[in-house]
Amino acid sequence: MKKGYFGDYGGQFVPELLMPPLLELEQAMDTIMVSKEFQDEFAALLKECVGRPSALTFCPNLSHDIGVNLWLKREDLNHTGAHKINNTLGQALLAKKMGKKMLLTETGAGMNGVATATAAAMMDMGCKVYMGAVDVERQSLNVRRMELLGAEVVAVESGTRTLKDAINEALRCWISTQETTHYCFGTAAGPHPFPLLVRELQAVVGREARMQYVERNGALPDVVCACVGGGSNAIGAFHAFVPDESVQLVGVEAAGTGEPGCFNSAPLNLGTDGVLHGTKSKLLQTDDGQIMPSHSVAAGLDYPGVGPEHAALQAAGRAIYGSVNDEQALNAFKTLSRREGIIPALESSHAVAWVLENADKLQGKNVLVNLSGRGDKDMDIVEHVLDQGE
Amino acid sequence: MSVSPLNTKIREANAKGKVALVPYLPAGYPTRERFWEELDKLDAAGASVIEIGMPFSDPVADGPVVEAACLKVLEDGITLQWILDGLRERKGRYNAALLLMGYLNPVLQYGPERFARACAEGGVSGLIIADMPIDEAGFLTDALKPHNVELIPLVGLNTSRERLEMYAKDAGGFVYMVSVLGTTGQRDSLPARVKEKLAEVREVFDIPVALGFGLKHPDQVAPFAGLMDAAVIGSALISHIEAGGDAASYMDIWTS
Repeated sequence: MKKGYFGDYGGQFVPELLMPPLLELEQAMDTIMVSKEFQDEFAALLKECVGRPSALTFCPNLSHDIGVNLWLKREDLNHTGAHKINNTLGQALLAKKMGKKMLLTETGAGMNGVATATAAAMMDMGCKVYMGAVDVERQSLNVRRMELLGAEVVAVESGTRTLKDAINEALRCWISTQETTHYCFGTAAGPHPFPLLVRELQAVVGREARMQYVERNGALPDVVCACVGGGSNAIGAFHAFVPDESVQLVGVEAAGTGEPGCFNSAPLNLGTDGVLHGTKSKLLQTDDGQIMPSHSVAAGLDYPGVGPEHAALQAAGRAIYGSVNDEQALNAFKTLSRREGIIPALESSHAVAWVLENADKLQGKNVLVNLSGRGDKDMDIVEHVLDQGE
Repeated sequence: MSVSPLNTKIREANAKGKVALVPYLPAGYPTRERFWEELDKLDAAGASVIEIGMPFSDPVADGPVVEAACLKVLEDGITLQWILDGLRERKGRYNAALLLMGYLNPVLQYGPERFARACAEGGVSGLIIADMPIDEAGFLTDALKPHNVELIPLVGLNTSRERLEMYAKDAGGFVYMVSVLGTTGQRDSLPARVKEKLAEVREVFDIPVALGFGLKHPDQVAPFAGLMDAAVIGSALISHIEAGGDAASYMDIWTS
């Protein structure tokens, strides 16, 4: 297979000016990251700072309600409240060892921004976070957290003013700051080697989940399910299970409002092959190859592309990708909160919603959902839904 | 192999002791009608190569001026088909060689083979794809070659000697040296490293060398006499038109 590809997807479609830092990063992965010293330091960070291993939680009440044995991999219990910290600490450690002084990143829901700002503070590095202006408004709590952690948050006003445009601006910034700055890419998308790097740093989620589940149940789960925006939490959860053919891998995309023709964030379901942000994958695009605006109530899923490994897993038939709409996700948010005392991120609520929506087909099955983050940041958005339910 | 019109036109200007001018204008800017008028004016004012921008929704190599112009023309409904149809209707009209510049995805969706054929039918001699390093370019050069359309290499201050040599191997037309580690857009001054890198690029390539990104005034390229053959000017031209000027008055700055 061609370097940097997963099947037909992946690659390095970037301006030539970005090739040197990508090659430098690839080199660092091949030398620094594989070293015992790095791996030991990273493992210690995950244990002592992130709080790994994260718990595997059985949901007795909801399982009883729906007739499906529901297990949650609790990435919401990580330091900073989401899976993103696994990736940012790994990349920050690598960047520090590469001699970089600054971390640069993009963020949608803000969790990657908070996690990068945290890693930068820990490593005594500077931090700059690009965030779509729409997301700055809808995730104001996380903006305040990032600033408290010492990061500069830049609101991006161009284009659709969401994650896609934040990535554009971060890539532009990286062109001019590459000598001192590492782009701490937040998801398993973008040009090679980012999809591979982020997958490797998030694979701890699936490795732990597999071990914990087998220890508790003496067998593998029937289904592993995770929400997919760029796809980092899903690829992290899936990776250790890919060789286990009995395990059905299910990614869940955001169908937006769910109305026919609405803007959505479901390129694996509704997109076509194309190139965006340095990688060939599935995209929401017009016939002319212009990138379409996306929408999801979950800012972290609001992206018109997806990581290339998901496109390859879909093409190979190894994973299936469903979708749920905003209302279904909000319902799952409320249901999990009320029945299990766990407030999930709106992103993760999409994965829970898929289980709820498909419960009739999953009767008696053992389903492991990667709960990628916690929902505190989404309280403003869902407030009116909770009010309606009182 | 025949010499590319891009090479010939630049050399014609050089033979007169001038740096060849390569103005960039996004297709459909400032309006559908005026775009073709401005193209005529650029041609009449002595442009050696005219670089026509193919708008893309997510132009990561471009600065705010080009991005805003591209988003505006996309809102006006400009498509790749509109550009290629317009050029086909006007084939043979321009003294300057024509070049299309944009990003890969619209070309991919159009179909590389079909695109290459349409370029040839529209009198387009070259193509710049900003997000296409040589490592990924094989399929596109294969499609372009039978139609004598050159894929122009974009190299920068940070491009290694090894990569310059990779680009030089099959390059025709000219090589485009990016003057800054950054996006398109006017700068008051260029980095000191430009001179040294231009000399290295000159050494590796045996085709004309164009300097672009950040240029707004001929004084900026004066220090590089003998090291560069052409100057690419984009954001400054767009800003000039935005401020009420036209292509002819902008070209006066560079030709007077």
